[in-house]
Amino acid sequence: MADGTRDLLRFATAGSVDDGKSTLVGRLLYDTKSVLADQIESVRRASVDKGLATPDLSLLVDGLRAEREQGITIDVAYRYFSTARREFVLADTPGHVQYTRNTVTGASTAELAVLLVDARHGTVEQTRRHAAVLALLRVPRLVLAVNKIDLVSFDEAVFTAIAKGFTGLAKALGYPEDRIVAIPVSALLGDNVVNTSANTPWYSGPTLIEHLESVPVTSPELDAPLRIPVQYVIRPRTSTHPDYRGYAGQVAAGTVRPGQRVLLLPEGLESTVATVDTADGELAEAGVGRSVTILLADDLDVARGSMIVDAADPPMVTDQLEATLCWLSEKPLRPGARLLLKHGTRTTQAIVSALHDRLDTDNLTFTAPERLKINDIGRVSIRAADPLPVDDYANNRATGAFLLIDPPTGNTLAAGLVGSPLVITELPTLPHRSGP
Amino acid sequence: MTAALCAHALSTNTWTRPSTFDALDTLESEAIHIFREVAGEFDRPVILFSGGKDSTLLVHLAVKAFAPAPMSFPLLHVDTGHNYPEVIQFRDDLVRKRGLRLVVARVQDWIDDGRLTERPDGTRNPLQTVPLLDSINEYRFDAVLGGGRRDEERARAKERIISLRDAFGRWDPRRQRPELWNLYNGRHAPGEHVRVFPISNWTELDVWRYIQRENIELPSIYYAHPRVVFRRDGMWLAQGPWGGPRNGEPLELKSVRYRTVGDGSCTGAVESTATTLDEVIAEVTASRLTERGATRADDRLSEAAMEDRKREGYF
Repeated sequence: MADGTRDLLRFATAGSVDDGKSTLVGRLLYDTKSVLADQIESVRRASVDKGLATPDLSLLVDGLRAEREQGITIDVAYRYFSTARREFVLADTPGHVQYTRNTVTGASTAELAVLLVDARHGTVEQTRRHAAVLALLRVPRLVLAVNKIDLVSFDEAVFTAIAKGFTGLAKALGYPEDRIVAIPVSALLGDNVVNTSANTPWYSGPTLIEHLESVPVTSPELDAPLRIPVQYVIRPRTSTHPDYRGYAGQVAAGTVRPGQRVLLLPEGLESTVATVDTADGELAEAGVGRSVTILLADDLDVARGSMIVDAADPPMVTDQLEATLCWLSEKPLRPGARLLLKHGTRTTQAIVSALHDRLDTDNLTFTAPERLKINDIGRVSIRAADPLPVDDYANNRATGAFLLIDPPTGNTLAAGLVGSPLVITELPTLPHRSGP
Repeated sequence: MTAALCAHALSTNTWTRPSTFDALDTLESEAIHIFREVAGEFDRPVILFSGGKDSTLLVHLAVKAFAPAPMSFPLLHVDTGHNYPEVIQFRDDLVRKRGLRLVVARVQDWIDDGRLTERPDGTRNPLQTVPLLDSINEYRFDAVLGGGRRDEERARAKERIISLRDAFGRWDPRRQRPELWNLYNGRHAPGEHVRVFPISNWTELDVWRYIQRENIELPSIYYAHPRVVFRRDGMWLAQGPWGGPRNGEPLELKSVRYRTVGDGSCTGAVESTATTLDEVIAEVTASRLTERGATRADDRLSEAAMEDRKREGYF
């Protein structure tokens, strides 16, 4: 197939309500011809019912009854579109209601995030909060879409000032300059979203879609040491495969090859990869994201919950974690409470033994906390019932991530990140304050 | 804190994913990962099977996830009785060839003993919910895998990959758990269960391209064939025991194919001459209608028809 080499980019969008995010998402879908006639017709009918003169593209995005009734986006929505070069999975995260919870969810699987600002207001406090969450979650690349550029008369100076300020912010949050791009757009009119604008002759960079379809997919896991959490042990015990014993898992980091020396953790057993197997046959190597079945040279007794790792560069195995939590539940953190911790394919009991500090999202500093409640970000010490093979989240998002779960309800309480992945240096002051 | 362990800036590596691992490979590996998580975390999983392309794809992926061991999840078919004979034949052949277990819940049995009442419009799609929930209770299934995709419908765009249902099988969109990284939280109380959607992130075109790449067999009604049909609500419906055609609905012989397989009373065919996978893919690529918009009367009942049915326990 001619397009057999199209790859897939997962990205997230973030922005405040009035920045025009739904319109931008609608524009991306519409201009890549990803919206079909019956969807347009349904949006048109609903817009007429609401007494609107023109179709409201945000209705494409807001899927739930309560969202349409209240005119707000409640939950992360996933959108799909493709171009000749790439397929896209877009996690569209609402900006105002529980923005931490939604941004964390969308950012956790994103390889890039598009942050929106209104060209009339530039970088505002909400932009800084979103950028801090994206940096905390280690989304590898940021795009700043300076929207409503038409409302500042396509003024180059306005764009340059906003782009410069944002670059300073992103660098303070740890982003190298080559991982940040600013693009002047008008989501309403379509300038520089899919089609190059004639109104911004001073801008020579890519349109948003050109950038999305050409940007290299990079992440720290790709060249990190090998990590494969064991999901399941495949033992056919059939006449054709009487002695087959394979460890099924998805490569979380690095590359696995036959002949590689590996450790099984937390057991501490050492062996050699005999075969990297799949239903389509054996592989010479498998990289991040590929689901494989590993056969080892030695007969070991290992089960779900173990991790196959590079013997030369293993993670630390510890039951004492220093971690950053994004608290996602209405039920606040109670230090000392007995919780469940899910890391990789292992779930164990854990106690948050101390709450050290809490991120003040207004000025992006860590302050002494009283408590950690919904949408708060804080740093803690955790004691786990079993030793866990963990990497620092900053080096490996797959093996540095965990969930905290409430035992009686089973609800997810917090997103956990091993270490302190948010590093803030020399934060620039906001160019000006705006809004109420 | 462990500041010394933290990289100060984001890694600046330039190593990129090899292009040989394309979008379909990514989606396949993601689905296999989800099947294996279900096998590892649940006691009694089941695959909801309609004989349609999405559930056939699910079976194919499940087999690949556990190869070379036999796939152990049974299939559950909620049978509306408004079937296409080709699809039932296909189902039985697949079960025999793959050595699978099949549980059939017949809507007709629920109507016969009074647990369900036939609707005035004759549509049985909404009637599937009660037999589905009763079967989940009877067999104590704790993870029910389905072929729902987020690109199908707006309410489904907000669905989780692993989605908790209460003891009444209800979906509450406001109480969904956040789903982070690929760490799926499937904890549930006794009596509750989860719905699992391994192909959440696939589009209709991904499904067709993958079917082509993997050479997956489908019921013949997905390819163009001559059929006697009548026009209702802008769709071509097949003649059948479900109440069609009514007066003033003339029968016509057309070359049609189906884009979805559902209850015969409300699943429309599209006019088509596509008899091969290449032709079907060309047609889907050029289509200006979504597959549900083109072929599902049940989604046209209201702006939130799918959300309302999901809240009641439908897939």
